[in-house]
Amino acid sequence: MNLAKRIPIFLLRFLALGAAVTATVIMVTSKDTAQVLNMKFEAKYTNSPTFKYFALINAIASGYTLIMLFFPSKSSCGHLILVFDLIMALLLDSSISACLAIGQVGKKGNSHAGWLPICGQVPKFCDHVTGALIAGFLAAVIYFLIILYSLHKFLNIFNIKS
Amino acid sequence: MASEGGEKPEVFGVERVAVTTRSYDWIIPTLRLLAFFATLAAALVMALNKQKKTFVVATIGTTPIQVTLTAKFRHTPAFVFFVIVNGIASLHNLLMLIVNLVGRKFDYKGLRPLVIAALDMMNVALVSGGVNAAAFMGQLGRDGNSHARWNKICDKFESYCDRGSGAMLASFIGLGLMIIVNIISIVKLRNHKLVNSSIVP
Repeated sequence: MNLAKRIPIFLLRFLALGAAVTATVIMVTSKDTAQVLNMKFEAKYTNSPTFKYFALINAIASGYTLIMLFFPSKSSCGHLILVFDLIMALLLDSSISACLAIGQVGKKGNSHAGWLPICGQVPKFCDHVTGALIAGFLAAVIYFLIILYSLHKFLNIFNIKS
Repeated sequence: MASEGGEKPEVFGVERVAVTTRSYDWIIPTLRLLAFFATLAAALVMALNKQKKTFVVATIGTTPIQVTLTAKFRHTPAFVFFVIVNGIASLHNLLMLIVNLVGRKFDYKGLRPLVIAALDMMNVALVSGGVNAAAFMGQLGRDGNSHARWNKICDKFESYCDRGSGAMLASFIGLGLMIIVNIISIVKLRNHKLVNSSIVP
């Protein structure tokens, strides 16, 4: 496969790598402490299994994308790559929607369950999580574009012949 | 336009193609039917999820003060999203089933397999997002979060949590079936040819 044909997919994967790495790093470094009534109140990403899942999935996605960047694209294992891309995109999509659900509870609280919002006390943590979510969303969107491109390349779906 | 003899009438844009049913043509409709039932069950069970419970808050003298709390799915946006997405997915499966059974010969310029695969992918993404959000919300309700001082609610509302987890299980099964159907409909697109390339510039 000559260089000109490899450029679009390389660029897309590079962008996806950037987005996934950004999301992981921002989520992992999110930390904030608050002092409430003489009690130290620390918010880290390990406090919630959802944020741990988000960081894990984005770390896996960035590692996978890094490997795929330098993988020679042969048609023989093209279908396998496509399946892995699909799995990655679905996992990324699920991680951001789970984080959104928990983040919404953290921001607005849930009066029916007696859960108070915590964003008022730890605003830096909330901002970090929001930034990580945006990066994760970008990674998911770029992965869907990668899937479309791989579909076209390996299955010839946009093949136009009269 | 008048047609004579055994000429095939060609209406603008629609071609009549002869189709033969093979034995493995029944795989996709069966899987779609199962996925339709799974997602419909998930949406209905979560939508009708409600539990009322009275708690004794304080006692003044000898009369206890009671408070009635209701747990509804509407209280949590994640569950609302879950119901909506499962409704959309079951509607999509029903529509694809009907198109499969009734509109066999209807194919607009060869776009039909492409549109079916694209819609399938969209619905798989939606359902996966919905079911995961509901699953993590349910985990939060079951275990609480001591760091954020959020108490768990599943020890007080057991049947609400049980029904919720049942709905999530049905949705996970529906998601797995829809992924299989999506993969099959993508594989069917191999070397797909569009008729009359005038629609794509």
